[in-house]
Amino acid sequence: MKIDIKWHEVEIGAIVKEPGSASEYKTGDWRSEVPVRDNEKCIKCGICYIFCPEGCIYRTEDGYFDANLYYCKGCGICAYECPRGVIRMIEEKKE
Amino acid sequence: MNEGGPRGKGRVVGLEGSHAVSEAVKMANTDVIAAYPITPQTHIVERLAEMVADGELDAEFICVESEHSAMSACIGASAAGARTFTCTSAQGLELMHEVLYVASGMRFPVVMVVMNRALSAPLSIWCDHSDAMAVRDVSWIQMFAENNQEAFDLTVCAFRIAENRNVLFPAMIHMDGFYLSHVIEDLVIPDEKEVRDFIPDYEYPFPLDPERPVSMGCFAPPYIYPEIKKAQEVAFERSKTEVKSVLHEFGEVFGRSYELIESYRMDDASIAMLMMGSISETAMLAVDELRDDGCDVGLLRIRLWRPFPFEELRDAVRDIDTLIVVDRCVSYGMGGPVCAEIKSALYDEPRRPKIVSFIAGIGGRDVTVDHFKQMFMQGIERAKSEKTKTDEFVMFGVRE
Repeated sequence: MKIDIKWHEVEIGAIVKEPGSASEYKTGDWRSEVPVRDNEKCIKCGICYIFCPEGCIYRTEDGYFDANLYYCKGCGICAYECPRGVIRMIEEKKE
Repeated sequence: MNEGGPRGKGRVVGLEGSHAVSEAVKMANTDVIAAYPITPQTHIVERLAEMVADGELDAEFICVESEHSAMSACIGASAAGARTFTCTSAQGLELMHEVLYVASGMRFPVVMVVMNRALSAPLSIWCDHSDAMAVRDVSWIQMFAENNQEAFDLTVCAFRIAENRNVLFPAMIHMDGFYLSHVIEDLVIPDEKEVRDFIPDYEYPFPLDPERPVSMGCFAPPYIYPEIKKAQEVAFERSKTEVKSVLHEFGEVFGRSYELIESYRMDDASIAMLMMGSISETAMLAVDELRDDGCDVGLLRIRLWRPFPFEELRDAVRDIDTLIVVDRCVSYGMGGPVCAEIKSALYDEPRRPKIVSFIAGIGGRDVTVDHFKQMFMQGIERAKSEKTKTDEFVMFGVRE
């Protein structure tokens, strides 16, 4: 993502001409807690996938679920909704 | 200023101010009108609704449930490339306040007439400029009309200015409620074809179009917001040049030329009174009478309020000793808002006039020729007095 745009390079009305550019925006760095999974308890029900407000949970090849940490804001809704207590929110240490 | 009878090319008709605006909007071949009725603006949209219903104007007339929706609908239509118009007054303008910033930030050339009216409370439907002063910072081009001819002309010019590729900002024309909206004056209505030639069809550079998808109204994180706002401010300031050239071109085509700041009998004047809106026509009569008595007084009227005409103001007051500013609004805890801006604009000038501030005509209180003469006299006295402090102002005509 180009973040060194000068003021005179801004499009009229700050229009973004490239569709879908929001997907480049990293919301993952809003996060203070990261979801950690214990897949031994997981029944692959997909409730975390359905409830994630960011839509960042995807299905892995072996049928479990995981969060794309580029977008995961660490809201913890997946952990709250999981019926089997698979997901714990752990404070993320940043260097 | 408009001395004598109607002039310029076209036919002379008697029209109330509201209907003069409706006529201008029709001649501009406006595509979308979205408005909510509010006194004293209602006649404008009533007439436009009739025109659309009778097939005189081929436009979408959107009946909205509030002014907030009116402005939002105009923004949506404008994003699709339509020429849009709305109008409102006082509380209605305040209800659409947050959306005004969206129109200008997204650079949509919406045109709006504000029929100036006092803000509640207490409830008043009568004229003052408190509604206008509450929207000073919204990045809309703003002009104040003095009479119905000017209201018609400025509405026509507003479309041309706003849609100019170097401008692309919304434009607001202020008119005094009742004094203009409900008053029938004779004015010259030009030929419709000439108006259409003056405001050709325009194309928004990036309209909503499935073939060329764009994202509008995106959010801006801190790393880009200041750049976007500087781009907006620079473009807004530069639009003054276009305002000037459109007004002059209008003069060449239609025979009525308008300056950013209008002056009346300012040659060799040492004392000037400055104001905005329709009361200047009354003040001119006071100037004439005082001139007959040998006082070297003159009159200044700000037409272009935003972007503020700094250079034109400095030039206009260069040779005067006393400037009396008449505000039609109170900025509570501050005084007269126009006066405050005039003082700030002149702060760096090596030679500044002594400035006296009056607030008059709020909530529809009439200001007569005699009142203006009294303000001139009191103003001259106050300017001479060593005791007058710069932050003092007089609320004229208030019963003690």
